[in-house]
Amino acid sequence: MNTTTLDTAPTAEKKPAPQLMLCEGNEAAALGVALARPDMVAVYPITPQTSLVEKLAKLIADGRMDADIVDAEGEHSVLSVLQGGALAGARTYTATCGPGLAFMFEPYFRTSGMRLPLVMTIVTRDGITPQSVWGGHQDAMTVREAGWIQMYCETVQEVLDTTVMAFHLAEHHDVMLPVNVCLDGNYLSYGTSRIEMPDQAEVDDFMGHKDVNWHVALDPLRPMAVDPLTGGSGGNGPETFVRYRRGQCAGMKNALRVITDMHEDWARRFGEGHRFAPLVEEYQLDDAEYAIMTLGSMTGAAKDAIDEARAAGEKVGLIKIKTFSPFPVEALQHALRGVRALGVVDRSVNFRWNCGPMFQETLGVLYRLGRRVPAQSFIGGLAGADLTVTTFRRVIDETRALLTRAPSDEPVWLNAKD
Amino acid sequence: MSERHQHYPAWHLKEAGVPDDLCPVATEQSPMLPGDWRSFRPVVDRDKCVKCAVCWLYCPVQCVEEHAAWFDFDMKTCKGCGICAHECPQRAITMIPEAQ
Repeated sequence: MNTTTLDTAPTAEKKPAPQLMLCEGNEAAALGVALARPDMVAVYPITPQTSLVEKLAKLIADGRMDADIVDAEGEHSVLSVLQGGALAGARTYTATCGPGLAFMFEPYFRTSGMRLPLVMTIVTRDGITPQSVWGGHQDAMTVREAGWIQMYCETVQEVLDTTVMAFHLAEHHDVMLPVNVCLDGNYLSYGTSRIEMPDQAEVDDFMGHKDVNWHVALDPLRPMAVDPLTGGSGGNGPETFVRYRRGQCAGMKNALRVITDMHEDWARRFGEGHRFAPLVEEYQLDDAEYAIMTLGSMTGAAKDAIDEARAAGEKVGLIKIKTFSPFPVEALQHALRGVRALGVVDRSVNFRWNCGPMFQETLGVLYRLGRRVPAQSFIGGLAGADLTVTTFRRVIDETRALLTRAPSDEPVWLNAKD
Repeated sequence: MSERHQHYPAWHLKEAGVPDDLCPVATEQSPMLPGDWRSFRPVVDRDKCVKCAVCWLYCPVQCVEEHAAWFDFDMKTCKGCGICAHECPQRAITMIPEAQ
């Protein structure tokens, strides 16, 4: 798609002009991985992630990335291989989605329990069945209780920058958790945009010293049994198991602070074009009477609809979640401070509550506000369906109506025929 | 640490400054041996045993000991699986419940 190389020689100026490129989201993710210099990647292709791992394979084959690549026989092996690599001290990466993520679930759960700082891109894809190869957040949402950090991107530039930052976050000693960078299948994976490549030397400085297996290792000089049988009802089994679970929760909690600091540091180093809201983005929210909530690439169209409504005199704002896991409770509580009605748009389904998963998570935050805020769940963009400005006009209208009438117990299905 | 084990060069998490709530690891060997969870033990009828060594060949934990005129088992490592009794061509081995 482009002919520029990662290591273009800087110009004579002290600070070279940023290298501009045109690329798709999958390619941006691969370039972000290359900038983070992992030692090992393991891959198994699956739509819509395929062009990402093809790009990685090419970067390695062309000698532009110094990493071992393992073409495993399936996703379960992909993640298991990377666990071994991380235990041996390697910085590791993979990408998957949908059924691939489902096949990966056993080692997926173990990765966070072993506190291995892997990075995995989920090029989000809707759940099967019905058979579908198109975008949707169902895959990432389905594994949200497995202890991984999950950050959703809005733009191709954000994909690139967040991918690099994800390694820094995962390896932070106060965090030590695996990280998913979620980018929308179809809309971001194949969406082509202009990006600004961060300088490799500056990224190296940002990343600092690699320290992956200081807490657990496959090392003859410090022999240990990794993940021995722990728990049961006797002896110190129960308290030992609880100690590790609490440790995971502490790591997740620390991640909120580290993500915030890291985004600030990143923007300071690389410029305002690289500034992204770390947890929750507040858009046109200061004097907003009501607001809509979004996640991922749908936010672009939603912001256009907000601008349009603002121009028409509507006091409406937008809240975008970037960090979904750990859920940014305090940041969202702050964003909701003046909001009197809320519409939450999900690209996936919470089958238990008959609503969207982000809507259901947000209900807990609304409870903490201590005042009643009518809220409505909207579900749209399933299996690649488009969420347009017209869609968000409807979301804004129906959310405004909550100022004067009660919300429905049913979600609003945005792409339904009725 | 049991007397029957040699000390293993343990890596001390605490001395290395590693919090004990990260990855579950064990730096000491468990003192348990397979014999500690045996519920049936093999008993050899010395009159029937012909030292054919079929039990020795099949034993998954290699606990078969050779004696002058018969084979017997190391009860520290025998886990009581009963494969020896099943395979013995002379039917010389009986599995007896440990509770008896």
